[in-house]
Amino acid sequence: MAETKLEPGTELPALTVTPDKYVPHRYAGASGDFNPIHIDPEFAKAVGLPGNILHGLYSMAQVARAATQAAGGDPRALKRLSVQFRGMGRPEAEIKVTGTVREERNGRVVVDTVAEQDGNQIIRNAEAELQI
Amino acid sequence: MPDAPVGKQYPPFEYEVGREKVREYANAVGESDPVHHDPEAARAAGFRNVVAPPMFCVVYSAGAMGPAILDPEIGINLMLMVHGGQEFQWGEPVCAGDTITTTARLADVSEKNGMTFYVFESESKNQEGQTTVKATWTNIVRAG
Repeated sequence: MAETKLEPGTELPALTVTPDKYVPHRYAGASGDFNPIHIDPEFAKAVGLPGNILHGLYSMAQVARAATQAAGGDPRALKRLSVQFRGMGRPEAEIKVTGTVREERNGRVVVDTVAEQDGNQIIRNAEAELQI
Repeated sequence: MPDAPVGKQYPPFEYEVGREKVREYANAVGESDPVHHDPEAARAAGFRNVVAPPMFCVVYSAGAMGPAILDPEIGINLMLMVHGGQEFQWGEPVCAGDTITTTARLADVSEKNGMTFYVFESESKNQEGQTTVKATWTNIVRAG
């Protein structure tokens, strides 16, 4: 697997993913979170949302995936991930995860990362710590 | 809110990790690496069995977090709650066949700009007593 050399200032390879219409349903089944705002467009609109929205933890999983891939793909490389959820992720629109290495210490790097969709940050102030 | 039982611990929740559940979760989030799907590939990479993606921790933690977030003594209004932030610190990887026990506690409650921040912490350990993840869950409730 291609591995990016991670040092302060390195930009992570961007991860892009377009969750299809039924991703929230599959994620609901996989995670057990069946909150109707994620799977029922009518319910979501009735409570003031533009439609059913992605699970925040699904979007966080995309940030985790981008960080792990940048470290070479070993799931053991991801040691810590801290995020703030903002805005709302929607199915059927591209999510782009980007990140930059901020510092290196003790064989680990700290990466500042965000997930954006349609110009909005749906995950911001995210910090990933990777074993390198 | 002022009477929120900060420090309250919730009963441990035990979760047995199944291979098909790991695959289902990996498929749902787009984790296509064979170590999450194929036991042989996982063993070749040094795992006991198919290994869960790190974020699978939300699956085995859910049974511990649910009763905490729904605790009437805390009284969170779910209709006004949003998931504001999340932190995980991972330890030992989790593989199919593991039994993970998670305990949760209400760590902090604070108010800012008319919103109440409920911070929960959880820790999950495997059948050997090794910590697999420590988590901090921040839920924000808007003023009703």
